Amino acid sequence: MAGIDHAPPPFFKRGPAPLALLTFYIAVSLAIFVVDLRFKSLDLLRQSIALLIDPVQRVAQTPGSLVDYAANYLQGLKSLQNENSELKHAQLNTAPNLQRLIQLEAENERLRKLLAVKEREKANGQVAQILYTARDPFSRKVIVDKGQQSGIVAGQPAIDETGVVGQVTRVFPFSAEITLITDKDQAVPVQIVRSGQRSVVFGLGNGQLELRYMPANADVQVGDILVTSGLDGIYLPGFPVAKVINIERDSAYSFARIFCVPVAGVENFGELMVLDPRQALPPAPPESAGRGGDSSDKNGLRPKKKRAAKGN
Amino acid sequence: MQPTFSSSRILLPVRPWFIFLSLIAAVLFNFLPTAHWPGMPDWVALVLCFWSVREFRRVGMGWAFILGLLMDVADGSVLGQHCFAYVLLAYASASLSRRLLWFPLLQQALQVMPLLLATQLVQALMRLAVGADFPGWGYFIGPLIATLLWIPATFILLLPQYQPVEQDPDRPI
Repeated sequence: MAGIDHAPPPFFKRGPAPLALLTFYIAVSLAIFVVDLRFKSLDLLRQSIALLIDPVQRVAQTPGSLVDYAANYLQGLKSLQNENSELKHAQLNTAPNLQRLIQLEAENERLRKLLAVKEREKANGQVAQILYTARDPFSRKVIVDKGQQSGIVAGQPAIDETGVVGQVTRVFPFSAEITLITDKDQAVPVQIVRSGQRSVVFGLGNGQLELRYMPANADVQVGDILVTSGLDGIYLPGFPVAKVINIERDSAYSFARIFCVPVAGVENFGELMVLDPRQALPPAPPESAGRGGDSSDKNGLRPKKKRAAKGN
Repeated sequence: MQPTFSSSRILLPVRPWFIFLSLIAAVLFNFLPTAHWPGMPDWVALVLCFWSVREFRRVGMGWAFILGLLMDVADGSVLGQHCFAYVLLAYASASLSRRLLWFPLLQQALQVMPLLLATQLVQALMRLAVGADFPGWGYFIGPLIATLLWIPATFILLLPQYQPVEQDPDRPI
């Protein structure tokens, strides 16, 4: 410690002692660490710094994208022709379904109206390009090229052509951060297609997902497809999320360990679609009458909420 | 100042803009897509450590804090994670500075290794303490590579301060 303590002779102005400075900076670092983690109230600071370094980061990514571009360019005519014919083939294959989709949707809408069921929400969104994966080795996040300027807000789900990829967690002026569904403890409410059973799938942090809190004798089989259940008010129902690959049933535990892999190319680079936020869910049903004395207060509020929901 | 205290060569004084430039270049290196390769060193930690050892009165904990904030936002990690580690690194390397520069380069690198490893370890511990997963041992290879890079980094970062060995007093410029 002698080095910095005794550097200049004491009759020169020296500023605060190194140890005091160290204490100060460590206190500040720990404070913002806790505040950012627990209260999430430093978004403005993060956004303003991001505004500064975002252009630099994009420039730094250009060599990589140039190499990709060159590789694509040199790939040659042959592979492009192959891809083109495959795409045409695929389009023809899906054409019958697609052509009838409009009619089916209209019919579905009409039938739902007849049954007085709320209409299904339509999925709209905007295409975003993945710029790069975040460098943080402790989490799985990607940065896309659309942000506040394009009207992205935190919480929007992101999908690719095969299934759910993740959810927007932070929004910057010109970019947004999407947390992948494979991020540790990232939860997606799902439904098993075969049995209709609802559950929640959690990311494991190693590229796999786990279906937790399913009883050891639950009706789950290897190969089952999980789709979003839509119960959370974030993901629209019906998007494929994951496929069951391994089930460990141990009678010593009350829950089965069910491992899944994501259906979407979650860890691949490319384009994805950020879906518009869902319409507000109808207000929650009133709590049981036995709870507390403020029920009259809640009753006063409910009609207003209903009216607001109709306005949407 | 000399390259090491036992050397007889006298270096030119360091130019502040070069320190600034090298730190910015290190940040840029960290932003490159190569940062995802296994075993890539944390360039900012390396350059910061170097300047904290050599010029602790110019590059100190304030710089470390600001660079840490930049890296936190750029990485998408929790704010304060890099700040904490870099501030500790700057303080420790400044404290070691007087001793470190007596050694030849290889032994300097050996003494810098624990500092760089600790920088990485502190970050891992901070994240593990709040529930992240262990990122694998590959996470700790980066500092070892950075240790090897201490020798070339010293040559490159001191390059503008070297004077020609044979000076010609009659040279016009």
